[in-house]
Amino acid sequence: MEVFWYIIIAIVLAVFFVLDGYDFGAGIIHLFFAKTDKDKEVISKSAGLFWDSNEVWLVAGGGMIFMAFPTFYASVFSGFYLPLIIVLWLIMFRAIGLELRGQFPFQMWKNIWDKVFGVSSLLLALFFGIALGNIMRGVNLGGVENGISLYEKHFFFLPLWDSSFSPTSNTPGVIDWFTVIIGIITVITLAIHGANWVILKTNSSINYKLKTFVFRFNIILLILTITSLFIWDSINPDSLNNFIEKPYLIIFPGIYFTGIIGLFFIKRLKKEIQGFILSTLVVLGGITSSLAAIFPVILPSTNDINESLTIYNTASTNYGLSVAMNWGIIGFILLFVYMIIQKRLMGGKIDKMEYGHP
Amino acid sequence: MEDMLLYDRLQFAFTITFHYIFPQLTMGLSLLIVYFKWRYLVSKIEKYNDAAKFFMKIFAVNFTMGVITGIPMEFQFGTNWAKFSELTGNIIGQTLAMEGMFSFFLESSFLVLFLFGEKLMGQKLHFLTGFLVFLGSWASGYFILATNAWMQHPVGFEILENGKYVLTHFSALFDNPWLIPAFLHNQIASIVTSSFVVAGIGAFYILRGKNIEYGKLFLKTGVVVGFVASVLLAMPTGDWNAKNVAKYQPASFAAMEGIFETEESGSEIVLIGQPNMVEKKLDNKIAVPNVLSFLTYKDWSKQIPGMDQFKAEELPSNVPGLYYSYHIMVGLGTIFIGIFGIAFILFWRKRLFEFKPILWMIMFIVPFPYIANLTGWYVAELGRQPYLVYGLLKTSEGISPTVSSGNTLFTLLGFVGLYLLLGILFLTLVGKIIYYGPKPLKH
Ligand code: HDD
Ligand code: HEM
Ligand code: HEM
Repeated sequence: MEVFWYIIIAIVLAVFFVLDGYDFGAGIIHLFFAKTDKDKEVISKSAGLFWDSNEVWLVAGGGMIFMAFPTFYASVFSGFYLPLIIVLWLIMFRAIGLELRGQFPFQMWKNIWDKVFGVSSLLLALFFGIALGNIMRGVNLGGVENGISLYEKHFFFLPLWDSSFSPTSNTPGVIDWFTVIIGIITVITLAIHGANWVILKTNSSINYKLKTFVFRFNIILLILTITSLFIWDSINPDSLNNFIEKPYLIIFPGIYFTGIIGLFFIKRLKKEIQGFILSTLVVLGGITSSLAAIFPVILPSTNDINESLTIYNTASTNYGLSVAMNWGIIGFILLFVYMIIQKRLMGGKIDKMEYGHP
Repeated sequence: MEDMLLYDRLQFAFTITFHYIFPQLTMGLSLLIVYFKWRYLVSKIEKYNDAAKFFMKIFAVNFTMGVITGIPMEFQFGTNWAKFSELTGNIIGQTLAMEGMFSFFLESSFLVLFLFGEKLMGQKLHFLTGFLVFLGSWASGYFILATNAWMQHPVGFEILENGKYVLTHFSALFDNPWLIPAFLHNQIASIVTSSFVVAGIGAFYILRGKNIEYGKLFLKTGVVVGFVASVLLAMPTGDWNAKNVAKYQPASFAAMEGIFETEESGSEIVLIGQPNMVEKKLDNKIAVPNVLSFLTYKDWSKQIPGMDQFKAEELPSNVPGLYYSYHIMVGLGTIFIGIFGIAFILFWRKRLFEFKPILWMIMFIVPFPYIANLTGWYVAELGRQPYLVYGLLKTSEGISPTVSSGNTLFTLLGFVGLYLLLGILFLTLVGKIIYYGPKPLKH
């Protein structure tokens, strides 16, 4: 039962990163590449129409974690208090930026909200990456100092940073050089993903330039990923063991690298959708590989006194999980119906479409 | 420890108060939009479609604000109330996750289509998407109230040795006797808010002498719906809730009604008076004898326990706040019935549009249903104190053990600043939409 909900939640979160990932990416692209008004307009529209229905995946994922793994939810949300509230504010700013830019016809007004949208997208991508980095690195569960736990064994609290910025310091913060590397990887991944989305959804004048961008940054992404694997292994020595013990898990990194390799051929791809599919693979593969590597742990402990949080020691009771499975299945069926309806009605290029703006 | 609790509570109270400004309009207005759209489908008169589209613009802005301020609510269960989440996540996680699954997905998927898809799909489908948005927003209210009902009156669970609350009867969450009265009352209250807004905008257009055709439509619809809903709000649903409180939370009932001393037989109903917590009495009291007993139990002489019957730690921690909130809500409710009753009679006699004083009143009353709604929630939430889960889990036991008060104060200040900005933007945008009005009628 725990495994069932773990997989469901992993899927929901992965879908969130694929979907909202492209509009974060669109924001980053918007910030650095969009020059003409027309391009700005189209790119923010390509994100603006969909951000709400994409963000719901995060809200729903959060709700499900709350229901299925309450101890994990409580521990992580309070332990990463400041970064999470900052993420929250960024999410809010981004939404405001997207929704408000079209409300008044002044150039200055538009410029302000465009910047808000772009910068908050960039920072959000960075922070989500940093969060992932923290989970990979692990935290000092129980707040152990000199062999004594300061809190109950599943609680902790991390400051934003520690002056050494080192993942191996005694009191690492949320931001250290390892988590920042993961953050940058995330930013690049989502920027590539967003570029592919813009190429797919619009006829903006920069589409050609974006392909070059995807190609170049793909190289950097590959290098960074491989470096980070070595670093991760050195910080957390058995972090890759899962792949050796259960070789079939290799499929997840496999997905990731297929995507990256495919993207090197971006300029020769016949259809725009192919690029988008490849970057989707990168996003999916990246997340699932990180999760698979630590499974069944969901938050590693960096001390030897308190055990890591796993899906088993943080889960709700079996009764709760199994009734939830019943409504969950109904919910998912409904969800797919909505998605099919929505995508059928809203497919195609945005700038060619004439929506009856209310 | 003390100030940790204080800041956590302030932050929650502040953010939920701000959040609740928006959903109450969302839920009621979606119903009225569906109504206008339906009138259009039946009659094919352009005016109704324009009305639907006009309110969709306001709805869209309002909805966005609701979403933006709703996400922090969900986060805060984990960030600020970690212990509470850990202990009860097994139960309230169910309803909160169901809200995500069954209502947020529904709402957000169809809202895009409803806002942008009219030309894409034709009128019938467009009506349908509007209806689904309405359904989604009401489902959201339902699941949230189911969550809240469990905290007010916990059912269907057991407490394990490690202190965790675990679910034993899923269906009990939904046939909780607290849920249906609260849900109906709350939803009707949100219809009141939205119909007052619609009527208020109508009155504004008539008084301004612009968009008069629409003004009349809005005013008419708002007055009829608003009057009926105001009555239903007091009777039967308000009354029904009061009986529930008397039955399940007698200590809060005493505090909310301002009964300091138990009377021999038959409690009086207090109309005016200021709680004096030192002398344990009401100052400047005006009260009618025996009526409260009759209203609550249909028995003029039934005894109702006053605050003297409860131990200090069982009583709500903020008695005056609770008492005033309750009296403001009920007082406003009575005023609403009065004003909208008069407007309704004038409308019946076909004199509503000419009678200026009532139009001015209807225009200026718009903020008050918001106040009544918020104070209503204060009654519920202050009445539940000092517990998070009524009678079982103290509020002070629910906060995050590792988050220091400095951090919470920082984020509280951040929210205050951010919401100030949001509030200003919201008012500007809605003001702009109202100022421009629906598009001119084609003749
Ligand atoms: C326009 C708003 C509005 C108006 C005019 C009223 N209410 Fe109300 N009331 C609410 C809006 C509201 C609410 C915000 O919707 C509440 C908060 C929780 C809930 O479910 O509904 C509520 C709760 C609520 C409760 C429950 C308190 C608790 O849970 O402890 C009672 C006993 C009443 N109401 C009674 C009344 C009565 C007797 C009214 C007579 C006129 C009345 N309300 C008017
Ligand atoms: C179902 C939805 C709701 C849930 C689950 C909920 C839950 C909570 C929680 C956890 C707290 C903090 C602990 C406490 O101080 O008691 C709280 C306090 C509070 N809530 Fe609610 N709440 C809900 C709806 C609302 C709404 C809609 C409002 C108002 C508009 C509201 C107003 C307040 C206030 C004013 C407090 C502070 C009370 C105090 O600290 O004494 N609540 N609620
Ligand atoms: C503590 C309690 C609450 C939490 C955790 C919460 C959570 C949320 C969240 C996360 C959203 C955004 C959904 C999206 O992304 O689309 C939202 C919106 C909404 N909430 Fe709340 N909420 C709370 C209180 C309430 C209450 C008391 C009501 C009404 C009874 C309510 C009704 C709604 C509605 C109708 C929406 C969608 C429409 C809109 O945003 O205006 N919520 N809420």
